[in-house]
Amino acid sequence: MSMQTVLELENLHTYYGHIHALKGISMTVGRGEIVTLIGTNGAGKSTTLRTISGVLKPKRGTVRYQGKDINGMRVHDIAAMGISHVPEGRRIFPLLTVLENLELGGWNVKDRAVAKQRMERAFELFPRLKERVNQKGGTLSGGEQQMLAIARALMTDPDVLLLDEPSMGLAPVLVEAIFDIITEINKLGKTILLVEQNALMALEVAHRGYVLQTGEIVLSDSAKALAADESVRKAYLGEA
Amino acid sequence: MSAEAYLRPKRGLASPLTGVIPEEVRQTWFYKFLLFPVGQMIIFIVGASAVLTLLAYLVALLVPEPRPGIVLADQISRQLPGMIISGITIGFVYSMVALGYTLVYGVLKFINFAHSEIFMVGAVTGYEIMLRIQEAGLLQQMSPFMLVPTLVIGSGLLAGLLAVLIERVAYRPLRGAPRLVPLITAIGLSFVLQDVVRAFFSLTRNAFNLTYPLNNLEWLRAPVRLTFGEANVNVRVTSILIVVSAVIMLVALNYFVNGTKWGRAIRATSQDQTMAGLLGINVNLMISLTFFLGGSLGGASGALYGLNIGTVTPYVGFIPGLKAFTAAVLGGIGNLTGALLGGLTLGIIESFLNGILVYFPALGTRYTDIFTFSILILILIFRPSGLLGEKVDEKV
Ligand SMILES: Nc1ncnc2c1ncn2[C@@H]1O[C@H](COP(=O)(O)OP(=O)(O)O)[C@@H](O)[C@H]1O
Ligand SMILES: [Mg+2]
Repeated sequence: MSMQTVLELENLHTYYGHIHALKGISMTVGRGEIVTLIGTNGAGKSTTLRTISGVLKPKRGTVRYQGKDINGMRVHDIAAMGISHVPEGRRIFPLLTVLENLELGGWNVKDRAVAKQRMERAFELFPRLKERVNQKGGTLSGGEQQMLAIARALMTDPDVLLLDEPSMGLAPVLVEAIFDIITEINKLGKTILLVEQNALMALEVAHRGYVLQTGEIVLSDSAKALAADESVRKAYLGEA
Repeated sequence: MSAEAYLRPKRGLASPLTGVIPEEVRQTWFYKFLLFPVGQMIIFIVGASAVLTLLAYLVALLVPEPRPGIVLADQISRQLPGMIISGITIGFVYSMVALGYTLVYGVLKFINFAHSEIFMVGAVTGYEIMLRIQEAGLLQQMSPFMLVPTLVIGSGLLAGLLAVLIERVAYRPLRGAPRLVPLITAIGLSFVLQDVVRAFFSLTRNAFNLTYPLNNLEWLRAPVRLTFGEANVNVRVTSILIVVSAVIMLVALNYFVNGTKWGRAIRATSQDQTMAGLLGINVNLMISLTFFLGGSLGGASGALYGLNIGTVTPYVGFIPGLKAFTAAVLGGIGNLTGALLGGLTLGIIESFLNGILVYFPALGTRYTDIFTFSILILILIFRPSGLLGEKVDEKV
């Protein structure tokens, strides 16, 4: 591939105690790409993202970001380097206001003017949030929380956005809206690694995809090819 | 859990009253960080005093003459202002120490039982600073406006740094261990700190009953006379100093926690450490900062407590520490407003008990603590989340 590789996982093994959750994962994400990681519940998708963002340390293997080995770096240092992880379940600070949640996303921004500019960009992308700036995060609806989670992650102005099941639990209209926004964010120049159970939608917006099964990658191809693949259609797209 | 109620600042007892205030005013700095917190304190004080006054008269109604010739209602009327003032004084000390428990509980969900020794270190540091000022021959010419801040800042700084150090060496390695483990470490640390302080003063001062050199301070001995209608009340200068210092520190803490970027990061850390880390916040730094805040408030109140009672020892932290913990639980552990309310309430309760129990021949003031700790037990049984620490629905 001619594209510059931003993120490279090589033979990752991650454990929860004795549970061997990732059994040698290797994959790459190129600059400007949307890459999706699909697989059934418990396949290890979230574990992969957690290993990249440093929440979990792999027992073996490496994570390289822009050519640099980031294994063993602290979570907040990895975040500061430009990898922003929007975890499963959104993780909005429930007792802080929408504004405070967003401001926390801008924690590392020293320049107030820059922070303000990013805040305005977030409100352009998510006008709903602007109406609710003084509302507590915990009082938002699921869709609004997802928007806030993405907007908050964008406040860090990341190079790479790791999205863990952004469509989970949302009404179909909102799912569409979220995927539209993902495409839009990608057009702004962000590289996206998208984890989804909703494989159909994910393969529609992604350029490439990997299929994960019990901690191992079993398939990787362009999104189009995966969407056409018979085994994928059977297993993940609900076809008989 | 009640921990999730950490810092719900705008939902104090005062909230029904603030509804009438226009939104523009409520968004101003002056309102948020001065008028509201101070107003809240005043409302707590007035409210707690009023309730307890009623209860006291109720006791007087039930037992009109606990001793022949002593009419309880008359005694209460005579002592009322004095009881309230000394209750507020000790109440603010409890509040400040309670905040230390509650702040740390907020971020680590762990009761730092060594906090009472942080308070003690503040108390003995205050003594040491004051003695050194005296030894330098500067005590007489120092005004209260110089002396008190010196003691408070000196003790607060040292105690804050000590708290940070303790977290770093004794608690951090235990993170992720079963809950009981750091708890036992904290209790063990209490004993270590007591003995280290005792050894230090035994070696350097040849004593560990440490009496603040207060005797020659003219300004301290002369009481301030306040008049309430017919009644004259003599207020000790130390009471005024304690209340003023406490209010300043509490207002500053509230501003820091609710009005600054760092406070916001602490609140985020207390709600979801992993998420805070993912946003680039150094969680360990925030935990250290929290220990520093709690420790310095505890140390500063130790020095104020020393000024108030005069003599301190390496064991002086135990009872006030336990009472402050009671106050934190009373208000709802993890809830900052609750710690303030709990401390003031407990201080006033205690002061009323002291005032009334003397007239009961079979009881006497030595039973005050039994009543106080009965409160702790009752809260733990009937309302473990405390007065303000109610559950908060959390959508995840
Ligand atoms: N906190 C945890 N402790 C123990 N096992 C876990 C934990 N989280 C996930 N696992 C296990 O690791 C495997 C991968 O989980 P996960 O990465 O969450 O899957 P996915 O996100 O694809 O649904 C599963 O077998 C799951 O049971
Ligand atoms: Mg998952």
